[in-house]
Amino acid sequence: MSQVAEQDKTAASGGEDFDGLRLRQVTKSFGAFTAVDDLDLDIPNGSFFALLGPSGCGKTTTLRMVAGLEIPTSGSITLGGDDITFAKPYRRPVNTVFQSYALFPHLDIFENVAFGLRRRKKSDVEAQVNKMLELVELTSQARKKPAQLSGGQQQRVALARALINEPQVLLLDEPLGALDLKLRRSMQIEIKRIQNEVGQTFVHVTHDQEEAMTMADTVAVMNRGVIEQMGSPSDLYENPRSTFVANFLGQSNLIEGAVTHRSADLVTVDMHGIGVSIPVARAHADGDRGWVGIRPEKVLIGELGEELDAPGNSVPGGVVTDVSFVGVSTQYLVRMPWGQELQVFQQNTGHRRLFRQGEQVELSWRPEYAFLLDYSQDAAAGAQRGAED
Amino acid sequence: MSDFQRRRGAVGYLLLIPAALWLVLFFVVPFYSLLATSLYDPSGSDFRGYQMTYEWSNYTHALQDYWQPLVRSLIYGGVATLLCLLLGYVLAYAIAFKAGRWKNLLLVLVIAPFFTSFLVRTLSWKLILADDGIVVNTLQAVHLLGPDGRLLATPVAVIAGLTYNFLPFMVLPLFASIDKIDHRLIEASGDLYANPVVGFFKVTWPLSLPGVVSGTLLTFIPAVGDFINAQLLGSPNQRMVGSVIQSLFTDANDYPAAAALSMILMVLIVAMVLVYIRRAGTEELL
Amino acid sequence: MTGRWIRDHLVLMLGLLVLAYTFIPIAVVVLMSFNAPQSRLIYRFDGFTMHNWLNPCEDPSMCQALGRSIEIGLAATIVATILGTLAAFALVRHDFAGRSASNLLIFLPMASPEIVMGSSLLALFVASGLGGQLGFWTILVAHIMFCLSFVVVTVRARLAGLDDNLEQAAMDLYATPSQTFWRVTFPLVFPGILGAALLSFSLSFDDFIITNLNAGNTTTFPMYVWGVAQRGVPMQVNVVGTVMFLISIAIVLAGELRNRQRAKGLTAPTVAEDLAVQRAS
Repeated sequence: MSQVAEQDKTAASGGEDFDGLRLRQVTKSFGAFTAVDDLDLDIPNGSFFALLGPSGCGKTTTLRMVAGLEIPTSGSITLGGDDITFAKPYRRPVNTVFQSYALFPHLDIFENVAFGLRRRKKSDVEAQVNKMLELVELTSQARKKPAQLSGGQQQRVALARALINEPQVLLLDEPLGALDLKLRRSMQIEIKRIQNEVGQTFVHVTHDQEEAMTMADTVAVMNRGVIEQMGSPSDLYENPRSTFVANFLGQSNLIEGAVTHRSADLVTVDMHGIGVSIPVARAHADGDRGWVGIRPEKVLIGELGEELDAPGNSVPGGVVTDVSFVGVSTQYLVRMPWGQELQVFQQNTGHRRLFRQGEQVELSWRPEYAFLLDYSQDAAAGAQRGAED
Repeated sequence: MSDFQRRRGAVGYLLLIPAALWLVLFFVVPFYSLLATSLYDPSGSDFRGYQMTYEWSNYTHALQDYWQPLVRSLIYGGVATLLCLLLGYVLAYAIAFKAGRWKNLLLVLVIAPFFTSFLVRTLSWKLILADDGIVVNTLQAVHLLGPDGRLLATPVAVIAGLTYNFLPFMVLPLFASIDKIDHRLIEASGDLYANPVVGFFKVTWPLSLPGVVSGTLLTFIPAVGDFINAQLLGSPNQRMVGSVIQSLFTDANDYPAAAALSMILMVLIVAMVLVYIRRAGTEELL
Repeated sequence: MTGRWIRDHLVLMLGLLVLAYTFIPIAVVVLMSFNAPQSRLIYRFDGFTMHNWLNPCEDPSMCQALGRSIEIGLAATIVATILGTLAAFALVRHDFAGRSASNLLIFLPMASPEIVMGSSLLALFVASGLGGQLGFWTILVAHIMFCLSFVVVTVRARLAGLDDNLEQAAMDLYATPSQTFWRVTFPLVFPGILGAALLSFSLSFDDFIITNLNAGNTTTFPMYVWGVAQRGVPMQVNVVGTVMFLISIAIVLAGELRNRQRAKGLTAPTVAEDLAVQRAS
């Protein structure tokens, strides 16, 4: 278990009276493969929580254990103080929106949505279903079969069918994965609106970092069965604690450096002969070496000797090797004297000139934007994300 | 990898046992009876009972007496299978790739005629191929058939009947295989300078091989054993092995000879199927 | 222009020609059902009449044979469908020693020549001293045997194609295991079971080779046709053939129509597709 999640545990556990969803030391193995490894997690009631990670990281298995579709190999799951670790899926107040929606093809939309109510012999099914169909704007489709609906409409039926049961926790398993980009964006906003309206706990599993950051108020980044870091989207982005998070959420420049001095509020690092300083709260490396991280859009690019937004860590001697103009910004690759190519994104505000390939430039950034990561971590971890999108 | 996959335990056996027991009792055990019967003393009879004397000579006698209908059955079955493959491929290909939204309807139409009685259908071929019928008259008019030539009571009629009757056994597996082929692969082969004919033989045909193999087996096996077509459309000169076995049982009451001939047919077919599957490289079909 | 059109549609045209060819004998059957023959011995169209349709049981032995075939067909279908469906569930949903052996046992009857299966059964019946009691029951036993495999593969294909997420979704929505089965699994597998039952009935109704060897003095409809084929065929045989064709067309078209209404696009496969799938498996 990483040290980060240890901190989270002490921070989040408000004693035994915690009434949200709590996972304690949950492990799930399939034969020799450990999908989820000693996971501790507290999800407070009413939050929109995202489990973010690449495929195979254990996020879906975690979700299925909460739904009761898998039984943990060890550990416990409690909901509102009740142990539900071994409860049958049909006996727990948790509902799931499946990745493929899993709408019953032989039932119409109305009956799909009514399914859970009817199984629990609820009264007033008709009125409740109609109200729910109104919420997801499908009233006119009530008597159609799922296959007659578009992907986005099917998605909303799946959501309605789960939500109508007023679960304590709603689980969403990559619910937007099958939709095209444009529809996905509008459904993200739609689901967020619905969550605001109903106020239940949503646990959302996704491999799309943008989706997780757009929708959730708390994001847990999962990798190889453990949680790497948990926090608000801006927290994770601005102050990543591991190379995996730094690379998986957005892009980062990671530069090798040796720690030369630690004071009460600053860590000073020698980065290929250039001294840079990093606030202690953003330094997550104990040893005498580390990775200095800086987001490409935080790096300023200027001509040699140009005075750039002081007081900064200034890095001279760069040569522009690639220029991509992408509209809102211009993305540069700059080769540094030590051979590494750094990424620089410059907003196209119109105030600054464009640099050309081969030009000598100087880079600079404010110390409060940089972060320091442990040298034992792989600088390329999490960077292959683009391949599976 | 899920807890919801196949369940272990006794329930599986309970569900399976009735069907499995039925097949063991009435499919597997009968083979043993057939084998035993084929080795009985041929001088016995249905009334007096048979003695088990391990008469392997039943087999040599059966081969000596009936090798002609046996070989003929294999040839007729083989030719009919090839014709079915030709016709069936065209039909399956057209339905899979060219029928668009009519695909399902055409598939239904392929099967529909075959729900009409096998014997009644075969009888209508007798009418169609009759000596003064339209087919014979047309063939005579274009001199493909002599003025006294006929189709009935010739191998042509028997093979035509077999081809017709077993066509759906070929079309359905072929369709299932061809329908799975990604059409973009064929477009890609065109893009890579394969003309349509080369594209067919280099892409479509190899990808449809599983269907070809199961289709030819499902056609060949019943066609070899069939004797309805030979009996209704042919003459004694076109007698097939099934007919011999059947009349040895029911008319001649020579059970050991009939059983021996049955065993020979079964062994021949199994051997041919195994060789064929091995050569086609599709063992996984079994 | 026309050359290109012909080239583009050549395969479709050829395919439709083959399809048309499969209907030629059916057309003859329908035509002959209205035939007024001059002689029983000459099988050709002599004149139009409704007589055969109005007097289907002119030869009572034909209707008797027909009734016998329907009885056997229904009984064999019911037993084979129930046993086969249970076995299909076992093979898809349960794990046990001997699964692959069971799959082989189910495959083999479909790959054996009927004449061999028929001979074997006869050898068994005779060896068990039932040689004198061949008839309804021995035919029924045989028919259930060869229908079983087709039921298993048809239902198995349907069941294997079922999305497990649907059953998980049902459980997630408070359905107990038995509710999940009756509300979700069974309704979704039912078309496959129905298709298997139709196939069984038609296999049983149409069988001649195995039946003939194990029938004793009992006569089924195919055996009746076989008998009269040698001595002159009553035209009512064609009435039966036409009715069978119409019924089967009605059944498959009804299924097709229902599917078209149900959805355009992803749907439950039709009976025809189920058959195609099982043939290929």
